[in-house]
Amino acid sequence: MSERLLDIKNLSVTFGGLNALSDLDFHVDKGEIVSVIGPNGAGKTTFFNMISGMVTPTSGDIIFRGESLLGLDPNQVTARGIARTFQNVRLFANMTILENVMVSQHCRTKQGIMGALFQTGGFKREEQEIREHGEKVLGFFGSRLVGYRLNQPASVLSYANRRRLEIARAMATKPEVILLDEPVAGMNPKESEELTGLIGKLRDEWGFTIVMIEHDMGVVRDVSDRVVVLDHGETIAQGSYDEVSSNPAVIEAYLGRPAEEAS
Amino acid sequence: MSETMNTDDAVVLAPARSAFDQDWRKIVNWGLICALALIFVSLTDMPDKLDKRVIVEPLLSMGYLSLIWIPIALGNFVTREVVLEGMAQHKKGLRELVAGVSVGAIGGAGLALLIWLLDTRDLSDPLVNWNDALLEVLSFGEGVGYGAIFWILASAGLGLAGGALHLLPAIANRLLFAISLTIVLSASLESALDDISEGFQLEWLFEALFEKKGGLSVQGAIILAVFAIAWVLFLGGQAKRGRAAVAARRELSPTKVNTVGLVLIAVAAVVLPMFLGRLTNDLLTNVGLFLLLALGLNIVVGLAGILDLGYVAFYAVGGYTAAIMTSPTSPGLSPELPWWVAIFVVVFMAIVAGLFIGAPVIRMRGDYLAIVTLGFGEIIRLTVRSDWASGFTGGAQGILSIPGADIVGIATVKGTDPQQVLYLVIGFVAIAIYVSWRLENSRIGRAWMAVREDESVAEAMGINTVNSKLQAFVVGAILASFSGAIFAAKVGSVFESSFKILVSIVILVIVIVGGMGRIAGVAAGALVLVGILGGPNQPGLLAEFSEFKLLIYGALLIWMMLKRPEGLIPNVRRSRELHQDEFLQDAWLKAQADDDDDEAVSGEAAPA
Repeated sequence: MSERLLDIKNLSVTFGGLNALSDLDFHVDKGEIVSVIGPNGAGKTTFFNMISGMVTPTSGDIIFRGESLLGLDPNQVTARGIARTFQNVRLFANMTILENVMVSQHCRTKQGIMGALFQTGGFKREEQEIREHGEKVLGFFGSRLVGYRLNQPASVLSYANRRRLEIARAMATKPEVILLDEPVAGMNPKESEELTGLIGKLRDEWGFTIVMIEHDMGVVRDVSDRVVVLDHGETIAQGSYDEVSSNPAVIEAYLGRPAEEAS
Repeated sequence: MSETMNTDDAVVLAPARSAFDQDWRKIVNWGLICALALIFVSLTDMPDKLDKRVIVEPLLSMGYLSLIWIPIALGNFVTREVVLEGMAQHKKGLRELVAGVSVGAIGGAGLALLIWLLDTRDLSDPLVNWNDALLEVLSFGEGVGYGAIFWILASAGLGLAGGALHLLPAIANRLLFAISLTIVLSASLESALDDISEGFQLEWLFEALFEKKGGLSVQGAIILAVFAIAWVLFLGGQAKRGRAAVAARRELSPTKVNTVGLVLIAVAAVVLPMFLGRLTNDLLTNVGLFLLLALGLNIVVGLAGILDLGYVAFYAVGGYTAAIMTSPTSPGLSPELPWWVAIFVVVFMAIVAGLFIGAPVIRMRGDYLAIVTLGFGEIIRLTVRSDWASGFTGGAQGILSIPGADIVGIATVKGTDPQQVLYLVIGFVAIAIYVSWRLENSRIGRAWMAVREDESVAEAMGINTVNSKLQAFVVGAILASFSGAIFAAKVGSVFESSFKILVSIVILVIVIVGGMGRIAGVAAGALVLVGILGGPNQPGLLAEFSEFKLLIYGALLIWMMLKRPEGLIPNVRRSRELHQDEFLQDAWLKAQADDDDDEAVSGEAAPA
């Protein structure tokens, strides 16, 4: 069995009496693509927020590479190697596309004010590396985000390109695990098919482990090694896509919600 | 006349409307606004106090200018229409003139009423400027009836002129604007121009333009008007093209610096003070001190997005530290260090103060942070004044006999020599500009921008937001403390009353009016506000305005917020942010087209 990267143990959180998530228990191995699915309000994004340190769990533990992430600030979690994207695309809209991927390498670099003021060799070298890594990451999406686009503000991008830039920004932090929150939401079928391929490449070529929240079952089926199904904060099923999709509890959770069944 | 109106072919012209097809309610509303504005300005006593400031001798003074622009502007605004693309626009004609006259006449009637009331009633109790001097100015000393009738007719005439601006072709409007601006600006700068002309041996030019007793001569005004026309017609176009070219280059490589411009500015900074007289040097020193403060605040507010309303605290820390370290008579501690050594202590104290104030404050966001910094600004000043600290700071007596700034091996700058102080200020402003420029294009500068854009996402992208913000706060504190240290050396004494909350506000207004996030913008803001209108305790060129300074600051700030929120010389990023809708509309249309291309391209060369 491959190396265990992320271990979620009995994770629960309550928001003033509401059990947003209770006793979530699962693990992610290195090199896996795990999908978290479930109807709206099932607690998926809350789960991501807890891993990335934005929400503190009420009980339970999150172990990443043998160490607990509890009590860390979001920036420390990112520094440990977990990057994320946001469901409602949150780019630095007035910074340029290149700056967006440059700034997210902050925790991997260390030049401070003095380096910038005296333009030390170390500062220049590091700037060069930041820029090159940024361009490399953007190049992952073909020609869409590079070239003349580099110095354009992120706000000019089309919706699909904004989603791509979000992923690029997460990649730029040099993580082990990327948490993708609905990466293909709002994309047309062609775009989402292309992105599905890219998610596979994220693992195969870049070596990232991926945890993904997704409503699009086609995407989930195509790339996931395993699927975790949440409903009302509880885990109702885990396993391969085929196992999960034939599980009666899952079918029940989704039944009567045609919007979720799309594709 | 009406055919000449619009030279723009894209606008569809509908026939002019009849002169009596008016929105009378609107006219009455604007007329009443005009009347209120005239009465308000009169009661602030501007017409009387500014009467001595002559613009064109003997035609016009600042006092009367404060009144006459109102009917012109409102007579023009009342018939201003929103121009929509493709919408039919009526030809301008008699209708605009009638509206302008009516607005002006109603306004004039309001002023006439005020003149009559000034004569018959005494309301000097709540209204301090309700006196005979005002009546004298308003009625030209010719009696109530004359004054009343004069203002009704004059105001109607001015309203007519305002309405008539609609009938003139665009180029004529531009020329008129350029001429008025040139004349008013030249008259405002009179004392500075007098001073400068001596240094450049150009007294003859100054004497040709200005009367001896003050104000432009009529022929001087005509010369300036011709100059303005020539500028607009011949040079204006070229200047515009030059700017557009620079802007285009900037778009391509935003971090690239215009070397030629930089060298020119540097040479001017070194050479110019030698030619300037005492008055201008002193004035520019004040501008420089506030520019230094504004550059620091620009890092804190403009880059990192921390709205610090108590920025004066660091100015005070700089001033008092320098005073205590250098003055032989400072009450408690008196090491009598030379100024250049003291500056290291100043930097150290600024860092300590920045961390001390910043650490508790910086975890807050937005409005809460602004309110708390406002409090800390006053706390520092009150601490300095308190009995507890007065053993070191002299309390209300302040610290006196601060020697000038001596820079080892280079020079001893005496506070009484404005030219030397100006060089010192220029040196530190250069440092501040360099720091702003380098930091903006660095790892830490990008982190500040990310924090300003979206703090939670910045945090999730691995930026320690508390540390980043604290660094911005401390860098800002150091720059402000430089300004304080130079101020202490220049004035030779420090009192807590020099560090009131108003200083913080003026610095913030400079940054906002000038253009947040842009160094040239901040410089323009400091020149206009501190140079022309005057700082919180420093007189500007228009010394007569000092009483109305805050009124004008306020009016300017409101007008800027409504019409040009990005500032006089805006930062590209920021103006994009403020005009998001318009900008995005263009950009999206362009991006859609690009994406179609991209799709075609990436379709062919699909990633393998």
